[in-house]
Amino acid sequence: MPNMTFAQALNDAHKVEMERDPKIYVAGEDVGVYGGIFGVTAGLLDQFGDKRVKDTPITESAIVGTAVGAATVGLRPVIELMFVDFIGVALDQLYNQAAKMKYMFGGKARIPMVMRASCGAGIGAAAQHSQCLEALFMHLPGLKVVMPSTPYDAKGLLIEAIRDDNPVVFLEHKLLYALEGEVPDGTYTIPFGQVDIKREGKDVTVVATAKMVHTALSAAEKLAADGISVEVVDPRTLCPLDEEGIIESVKKTHRLVIVHEEVKFAGSGAEISAMVAEKAFDYLDAPILRVAAPFCPVPFSAPLEQAFIPSEEKIIEAVRKVRE
Amino acid sequence: MDLTNEQLIEMYITMNKIRTFENRVAELFADGKIPGFVHLYVGEEAVATGACANLTDKDYITSTHRGHGHLIAKGGDIKRMMAELFGKNTGYCKGKGGSMHIADLDLGIMGANGIVGGGPPLAAGAALACQYLDTDSVAVCFFGDGASNQGTTHEAMNLATCWKLPVVFVNENNMYGISSCTLNSMCVPNIADRAAAYDMPGVVVDGNDVIAVYEAVGEAIKRARQGKGPSLVECKTYRHRGHFEGDPCAYRNDAELEEWKEKDPIPRLEQKLLEMKLLTDGKISEIKSALQKELAEAEKFAEESPLPDVSELTEDVYS
Repeated sequence: MPNMTFAQALNDAHKVEMERDPKIYVAGEDVGVYGGIFGVTAGLLDQFGDKRVKDTPITESAIVGTAVGAATVGLRPVIELMFVDFIGVALDQLYNQAAKMKYMFGGKARIPMVMRASCGAGIGAAAQHSQCLEALFMHLPGLKVVMPSTPYDAKGLLIEAIRDDNPVVFLEHKLLYALEGEVPDGTYTIPFGQVDIKREGKDVTVVATAKMVHTALSAAEKLAADGISVEVVDPRTLCPLDEEGIIESVKKTHRLVIVHEEVKFAGSGAEISAMVAEKAFDYLDAPILRVAAPFCPVPFSAPLEQAFIPSEEKIIEAVRKVRE
Repeated sequence: MDLTNEQLIEMYITMNKIRTFENRVAELFADGKIPGFVHLYVGEEAVATGACANLTDKDYITSTHRGHGHLIAKGGDIKRMMAELFGKNTGYCKGKGGSMHIADLDLGIMGANGIVGGGPPLAAGAALACQYLDTDSVAVCFFGDGASNQGTTHEAMNLATCWKLPVVFVNENNMYGISSCTLNSMCVPNIADRAAAYDMPGVVVDGNDVIAVYEAVGEAIKRARQGKGPSLVECKTYRHRGHFEGDPCAYRNDAELEEWKEKDPIPRLEQKLLEMKLLTDGKISEIKSALQKELAEAEKFAEESPLPDVSELTEDVYS
């Protein structure tokens, strides 16, 4: 099986889908000539031309809004929001229009669009270019929220997202773009609402997303040396959320730690914790712990930024704590 | 003008249909039959009517919170509209939307919209699809003086020109948001002045002259169908009623209202058609009678329809 980076896997997903369906178009800032600032749309302009790969002005509410309008009329837009932080200037078109049109119109509209966005901290991009905002999107009925952690998951989930008839928010941690992994050629899909057990274990369940999946895996390696068996569960999609999959793991291990790079307060982990406490309380032998970022914007300076991002040490500490 | 007699009479009927519907909605709302908010189009009928007389079912419109006029002018069914206002499950949106979210995608009506400025990007998007799919359909975006100051409107106009989208921005300048008057909230005297900033044609028309609206919007639509890109048509008009039903309108005065009532679009067209002998007093009564009958049927339909069942609450969130 070929090895690809996360960015190449996403690029491949675009290619195979755009070859298959002429109604798919790509739009965003610097997606055409530049190939996307993270390279995800490289080569698409050459292959598909400027009708289907559109470089836009800096105009997020129009990029998102025209995608919603075009999707309503029958196209399948795959738009790029350069940084998820930029959603602020376009949020109405996403959450008051795209997310709600089907419901408000009594079922008649169909908005098959994908909004991809880079997210995450670690490159000193500072507060307005480093956020993880999945909880924001999870909170809006009508959207789907996808957050792959590996190149394999990225390609399959993006193809699935493109084929989904709903507005999908597809979140890509910017430090994963260079990550390599095995990715099949051609087409395959990964269904939404299905966790992936990234590492099997029996002592503690660690639910993690995006880059934190890898931090959790390193932590699990270290803990294994101490005889502690950690199961790393990757939800892959936060909405729909595979509650069964998470609970199944908790039934096995009886202890749950949730790790996300979002701010802890009201993050996606809060929903997962509440859900597990509600539905699997009897299986828990310890309180649910969350390892997440502190309640502040993403700082610029390196030592501060590193302190912000949940670390391997913090995950190890939490795993030990739930076993006390 | 290239309007046929039939079209002229049709426009007269449409404007009256809107007026009778809205006046009845005002009464029903005051009686407590309609929950939520309603924003009535009384006084502005010529804009929706004149613009939509240029369109077919294959063209798209986006509307505003003051959308009943657009819906009716684009061919919307007043039974299903009334049922939706009553919150019944036979309404256009199965009772899930209400006044501000009525849509009929089969007629190209992409919905009334509760967000000021929500429509322009959607209309530009519909136009993008028309262009992409090589149809000669167009999108007409109705938007108000309030929306003309909203960022989304500027973005949609800029992009529409950059990409030569077949969209016509039809502005309904009734001078007021709620209480904010254009004199204080707009930096230019005419919204059409802004068209130059987006390198598109911009004209001001008497929004209470349905024929003038028809012609100006018609020109713009022709341009769009020919692939020449977007235009802006500013229709100066006035709402006879408050921003919402129940609005005491303390921010404007009776003299101003009376001045605009003198320019009411419906008597103006009526006068013209009487002079052209296309209407007679008898014909006028006939038309109004028929409209009252249709309205009564719509109201009966709405009254007798069931409310949605609670089991439908979480349906239609996702496709």
